[in-house]
Amino acid sequence: MSAPVAPDHAVAGEIAKPNTGGIWKIFFVLVAITAVEFAVTFAMEAQSMRTMRNSILIGLTILKAFFIVGEFMHLKHETKGLIWTILVPSVLLVWLLVALVTEGSFIGETLSNMFS
Amino acid sequence: MAQPTTLQPTAASTLDAPRTGNWDGGNEPFKASYGKLMMWFFLLSDAFTFGAFLTTYGMIRHKHEVFTGEASAFHFSTKWWPIPDHVFNAFPGMGHANVPLGFVALMTMILIFSSVTMVLAVEAGHRMDKKDVQKWLLWTILFGTIFLLSQAWEWGHFIRGHEEGTLMADGTVFHGANLSMNQYGPVLFADLFFFITGFHGTHVLSGVCLLVWCFIATTNGTFEKRGHYEMIEKIGLYWHFVDLVWVFVFTFFYLV
Repeated sequence: MSAPVAPDHAVAGEIAKPNTGGIWKIFFVLVAITAVEFAVTFAMEAQSMRTMRNSILIGLTILKAFFIVGEFMHLKHETKGLIWTILVPSVLLVWLLVALVTEGSFIGETLSNMFS
Repeated sequence: MAQPTTLQPTAASTLDAPRTGNWDGGNEPFKASYGKLMMWFFLLSDAFTFGAFLTTYGMIRHKHEVFTGEASAFHFSTKWWPIPDHVFNAFPGMGHANVPLGFVALMTMILIFSSVTMVLAVEAGHRMDKKDVQKWLLWTILFGTIFLLSQAWEWGHFIRGHEEGTLMADGTVFHGANLSMNQYGPVLFADLFFFITGFHGTHVLSGVCLLVWCFIATTNGTFEKRGHYEMIEKIGLYWHFVDLVWVFVFTFFYLV
């Protein structure tokens, strides 16, 4: 029952032609995003642009993750239930990350101002 | 309902037949096979592990001071967190040339490319094209192995350190890094580098082993006899996840 059925065009003895245009398109998108990330890192080195630079980098990283998980891992084409099952715990993980990074800043500040 | 929903005593001849009732294995939650669903849940739990690592990294990094001067005036000190492109600036075969993040960029490209060859192997599996599956699996194994060797070189360079080294509190100059001392900055910087990239590298190594096994099974015709190449899809999911983790490590450890 659980064995997936081979696609209709896979007739025994005859192998279908590959259809890989979409895969290569995603690849070039990923390479382009990585190149932009790289350019942003070195173009915005000044201290005053730090927050903006980091926001752009994190945004681009999430965009890359979207393409890898959605297309390469095929999650975009699964049922809604499976998509939410994976997404909801991951979002909670991001929450934990943001909370503890904030906590870290606070601890650092408290320690360095302890005697002043 | 035509099918019994609980396990019924059956005649011996039907015992081997696949069960089709809702509660005895005939139903597929989320329209995904058992193996694929379990791989997704395993990857989710693995995401928690890496999430814990990156959360720890974020918290410890924000606890330390940042270097506030001009980027060009930066020098290593245990006082502040190092700027990554001053730490990772060497390239194999280029001696002391300053190539900030050049090698990491190459490693990232290699891993993304291995992800693409993996999707191509899965696609070939859908078409039951044994030759193509073998071809793309071999490319994926090759790129995975190159990535591992690159990481070994990166570790070697990190451990041996830069020529100039850093003056430590006891008056000696220290080169490179270990778990209790490093020339780049706070002790925890090197510790987190070893643990995060090391744990990721272990995952890549397991992935390469799985792929080699997959290649052998494909060559032996195991999947062809089975009638489907779903195993390639499941291992493909794992491989893409490893690539995904690197995307995050690349941003949070090397770029930000």
